[in-house]
Amino acid sequence: MNWDVLFDFSPFGKESSEVLQAFWATVRLSVMTGVLSLVFGTVLVAMRVSPTPVLRRAGTVYVNIFRNTPLTLILVFTSLGLHDTLGISVSSGISANAYWLAVFGFTAYTSAFVCEALRAGINTVPIGQAEAARAIGLPFAQSLRLVILPQAFRASIAPLGSTLIAMIKNSTVVSVAGYIESAGQMKQMFDDYGATLPIFLGFAAAFMVLTLPAGLLTSYLAKRLAVVR
Amino acid sequence: MSTAAPVPAARRPAPKRRAAEPSVLFDAPGPRARRRNALLTVVGSLVILGILAAIVWRLADKDQFAGKLWSPFLKGSTWTKYILPGLGHTLSAALVAAVLALAFGILFGIGRMSDHAWLRVPSAVVIEFFRAIPLLLLMYFVFSGPATISDGLNREPPHVTEFMAVVVGLMLYNGSVLAEIFRAGIQSLPRGQSEAAYALGLRKNAVMRLILVPQAVTVMLPAIISQLVVLLKDTALGYIIGYTELLNYGFKQIPANYGNLLPAAIVIAVIYIGLNMTISAVATWLERRLRHSRKRAAGTVDTTATQLPGGAATGAD
Repeated sequence: MNWDVLFDFSPFGKESSEVLQAFWATVRLSVMTGVLSLVFGTVLVAMRVSPTPVLRRAGTVYVNIFRNTPLTLILVFTSLGLHDTLGISVSSGISANAYWLAVFGFTAYTSAFVCEALRAGINTVPIGQAEAARAIGLPFAQSLRLVILPQAFRASIAPLGSTLIAMIKNSTVVSVAGYIESAGQMKQMFDDYGATLPIFLGFAAAFMVLTLPAGLLTSYLAKRLAVVR
Repeated sequence: MSTAAPVPAARRPAPKRRAAEPSVLFDAPGPRARRRNALLTVVGSLVILGILAAIVWRLADKDQFAGKLWSPFLKGSTWTKYILPGLGHTLSAALVAAVLALAFGILFGIGRMSDHAWLRVPSAVVIEFFRAIPLLLLMYFVFSGPATISDGLNREPPHVTEFMAVVVGLMLYNGSVLAEIFRAGIQSLPRGQSEAAYALGLRKNAVMRLILVPQAVTVMLPAIISQLVVLLKDTALGYIIGYTELLNYGFKQIPANYGNLLPAAIVIAVIYIGLNMTISAVATWLERRLRHSRKRAAGTVDTTATQLPGGAATGAD
């Protein structure tokens, strides 16, 4: 009997620097994608709610395409399609290039969900709020800034939090795009030490360290800042 | 936790005039706003056309419109040899996983609502664990873990196929999300429903079976279907562990034979988008139907409303 497969956490000690590096890669990727997706998702939602039919339709088409395509397909496409076939590269360094291509594909996917989360927030604002703002004589900019967007942003916190957590977990899929992060590191350790329970639990726990606080924080904020109607 | 689904703007009765309907964000446009909107339309169209032109130019530059790259998709053999078998594997994994995930979700969802702590606490731990970890890590472990562990414990190693790893991974993750949807659905019902049932003398089991579940099912059906779209999309993770599903055929086998990676990727993406949009359309149709037929039901469970402390996303990945 070799009880190591159930209880031996020592591979983490032997590979501590690689594991930390892999997690740093996950965090780096998630933060960069989070920021870029928030920016691009806001642009998309501005398009989807704009008074211009062309922009509205373009935003809808984008969201429908990227929300319904598997992330795996998008990321394989960025590495095999964009890089190998079309010869698009962002940086001369191989790992920097893999990083930016992964960020690019991952952002393209996540932005669609950010857009939908923000739109869900805007949709919770009753039209009476806008009508009341106009009725008391607020001009367009003020009614947006003082009445509508504050309510919309608060209502978006919960769905944005869900998107954030999903994004952190989805970052593992980036290993198909040739960027070494936690999932790739776990696979490597499975190959080197065997697929033991402690290795799996260690990586699972590390992800929970990232996702659980994000979930707790956003649901606390969502409840705290909820608009009482 | 609010369970009332927001009414999407598209569903509000809006005047038919295009571009002129007032929304929560914009008033009906006057002359200056109309001029500004026209300018925005022109600028926006130019930017979008510019982006599309850049993509097309790049594709043409790399000769991606050559007929020989696209002609394989006009041949029946490409479909019967690669795409349809791949689609079959994707759909069979999704179907088996969906059935198992529903069973898992019902079991653990009800377990988490149990009055007995010995049942409630472990159910909650299982649900929260599988919702908080990435599905890919779970699939890796389900695929290679059993062999290593049974080897270490001197047992006969089980033979885990790629199909089993994909299905079990999808079942554990989506089942946990579905369990939370069930719980939210049952908790969204007015308390009076179960109180009245208890007052009639029904037992716990009968209250759940006869009163709560039938009402909750209609409330949560749209959320369940959106989760099934997530499940279908996540079968593509099978590509990473080597399950021969649609993406595997589309990205490995077709390009290996015809050297047409980009056209293959586009065709495969269109198939996925078509499948998922069809299922989503069914969900929207169902939601509207249920909303009309059960005016007094507690509304539908919003996929984003099932987020709980430490919650993973539903419908968001």
